[in-house]
Amino acid sequence: MSVLALEQALNGLQFGLMLFLLAAGLTLVFGVMDMINLAHGSLYMVGAFIGAWIVGLTGSFVIGIVGAVIGTALFGMALESTLLRSLYARDHLSQVLATFALILILNDGTRMVFGNDLPLSAPDALAGPVELLPGLSYPAYRLVIIGAGLALAALLYVLVAKTRMGALVRAGASNREMATAMGVDIKRLFTIVFGIGAGLCAVAGVLMGPLLAVQVGMGENILILAFVVIVIGGIGSIRGALVGSLLVGLVDTFGRTVMQSMFREFFPPQVASAAGPAVASVAIYVFMAAVLAIRPQGLFPARG
Amino acid sequence: MLSEAKHLRIAAILVVALCALLVPYVLQAVGAGYYVSTAGKIVVFAIAATSLNLVLGYGGMVSFGHAAFFGLGAYATGVLISEGVTNAGVHLLATAAVTALAALLIGAISLRTRGVYFIMITLAFGQMLFYLANSIKGYGGDEGLSIRARSVLGFGLDLKDAPTFYYVALAVLAATLLGLRAFVGSAFGRAIVATRDDDVRAEALGFPTYRYRLILFVAAGAIAGVAGALSVNQQGYVSPSLLHWTQSGTLMVMVILGGVASLWGGVLGAAVLVLLQETLSAYTTHWEFWTGWVLLAVVLFARHGLAGWLAKIGRRVR
Repeated sequence: MSVLALEQALNGLQFGLMLFLLAAGLTLVFGVMDMINLAHGSLYMVGAFIGAWIVGLTGSFVIGIVGAVIGTALFGMALESTLLRSLYARDHLSQVLATFALILILNDGTRMVFGNDLPLSAPDALAGPVELLPGLSYPAYRLVIIGAGLALAALLYVLVAKTRMGALVRAGASNREMATAMGVDIKRLFTIVFGIGAGLCAVAGVLMGPLLAVQVGMGENILILAFVVIVIGGIGSIRGALVGSLLVGLVDTFGRTVMQSMFREFFPPQVASAAGPAVASVAIYVFMAAVLAIRPQGLFPARG
Repeated sequence: MLSEAKHLRIAAILVVALCALLVPYVLQAVGAGYYVSTAGKIVVFAIAATSLNLVLGYGGMVSFGHAAFFGLGAYATGVLISEGVTNAGVHLLATAAVTALAALLIGAISLRTRGVYFIMITLAFGQMLFYLANSIKGYGGDEGLSIRARSVLGFGLDLKDAPTFYYVALAVLAATLLGLRAFVGSAFGRAIVATRDDDVRAEALGFPTYRYRLILFVAAGAIAGVAGALSVNQQGYVSPSLLHWTQSGTLMVMVILGGVASLWGGVLGAAVLVLLQETLSAYTTHWEFWTGWVLLAVVLFARHGLAGWLAKIGRRVR
C-alpha cells in the first residue's frame, strides 16, 4: 500500500508540475491584464505539434523541445502584440468570445498544417523503468518530466523573485495602474511575459505528448484544469499557481486510485465501479468549490 | 411619433413570426426539405441561448456552465424515454424540476462569488456534471444514450416528423420570448437590471439581491433544460458532450454574437452561428477555421453584437 501510495504521489507530482507550466503563464495574463484567455490551451497544443513535427524530422527529442519552445514563444508574442493586446481593455465577455474564436481558428489551423494528430514517443533511452526503492520501479521518462518540471519551477522562481523583470511583473500583478504610473512599460513587458508563458506551454505539450496524445483539441480539458489551479492558488500569483498545481495534481491522482479503492471497500462492486470514476473526476472541482467557500480570493491572493 | 415606432415594431414582429411559420413550407417547396431539421436545431439553440441571455445579459452573471442545464434536461427526458415513460407532460415537468433543482444548488453556492470567480465556479460545476454524465454506465456512459421513442404529445403529433418538431419547438421559443418580454417590463425585471448595474445601491434600496439573482438563475436553468429535452427529441440521442464546457462556450458565443441583454439576441445569435456552420461546412471541411474569423470580426467591429449593429442601421434608416 505504501509503495502504491508513493508511486501515486510521484504521478500526482508529475501531473501537477505539467499543470504548473500552463498555469504560470495563464495566471499572469489573468492577474496582470485581467484577461480571460481561453486560447492558452491552444498554445499547449501548438507547442506539442511543433515539437512532434521536429522530433519526426530530426529524430532528436531535445531539438524538438527547444524548437517547440522557440516557435511557440514567437507565435505567442505575435498573437499577443497583434490581437490579444487590443482585448485587455475590453470586458470579459468580449475576451471569452474572441479567445473562443481563436480556439476554433487554431484547432482547425493546426489540422490544416499538421493533420489531426502526430505520433510522438518518449526517447528510447528513457523507455524503461528505474528502480527507485526495492519494490518500487518507476518509468524513467516520468522521472525526467518531474526533474524538468522542478527545474523550470525553480528557474521561474528566481526569475520572478530575484530579477528586475520579475519585480516589475509582481508590481503589475498587485496594481497595474500604479505600476504604469511609476513608469513601467507594461505593454512591452507583457509581450515578453506572454512569450515566456507560451514557451512553458510548449514544454508541457511536448513532454506530455508521449503520455497522452498529440492531437487537435488536446488543450481544451487541460485548460480548464489550469483555470481551476489559478483560482485555487489566487489569480496572479506564481506561488499560488505552483501550490495549486501540486494540490490539483495530487487530488486528481489520489482521487482516481485511493478513493476508488475506498469505494470498493464500502460499497457493493456494481456501485463502486459505476460511482468510483465519477467521484474521482469530480474530486478536483469539489476541492475547488471548498477552497473558494473558505478563501474566496484563493490561497495566495496577488492583489494587495 | 412614439406610437408610429410602436406600430413599426409590432409590424416587424408579425413579419418575423409569419416568416418563421412559413419556413417548412418554403423549404419543402424549393426541394430543400432536409433543412427543416436545421431550422429546428436553430430554434432549440435559440431557446437555450435566450435562457443564457436572461442570466448573462439581464442578470449580469457571466455563467460559463449553462450547457450543463441543457445537457441535464436532455438526459432527464432521454432517461425517462429509455425507461418507457413517454408522456410529454411528465417529461416537461420532470425536466424542469430536475434542472431547476440543479440550478438551485449550483446557483446557491456560485452566487456567493463575484466577477471572474463566478465565471470559474460555474465552469467547474458544469465540468462536474459533464464527468458525472460520462461515468453513468447504465445510461450510455461516455458513448451517450440513444432513444428509439419520442415524447408523446397526443393530438396525433409525432416529433420524429421534422416540420412537427419545428412547430412545437417554435411554440416553446415564442413562449420563452413572451416570458422574457414580460420579465423585462416587470418590477422583478427592473430590480434585476438595477442589481446588475449597481448591486450595492440595489441592496441599499432594500432589494433582496441574492434571492432575486437565484430565482433568475433557476428560471434560466429550467428553460435551458426544456431546450435540452427538445434537443433529445430531435436528435434521438444524448451525449455527455452536450455538457462539455465548449458547449457552454458556444451558447455564450451565440448570446454575445446576437446581442447581450437584447430580447432577440439569443435568437439572432443562434440563427447566425448555426447557419454559418451549416453553410461553411457545405463548402469546406475547415468550417471551424472560418467561423472563428467571423466571430473575431464581430468582437472587433460590432461591439454590441448583431442586435446592436442592426439597431444602429435601423436608427440611421429612420
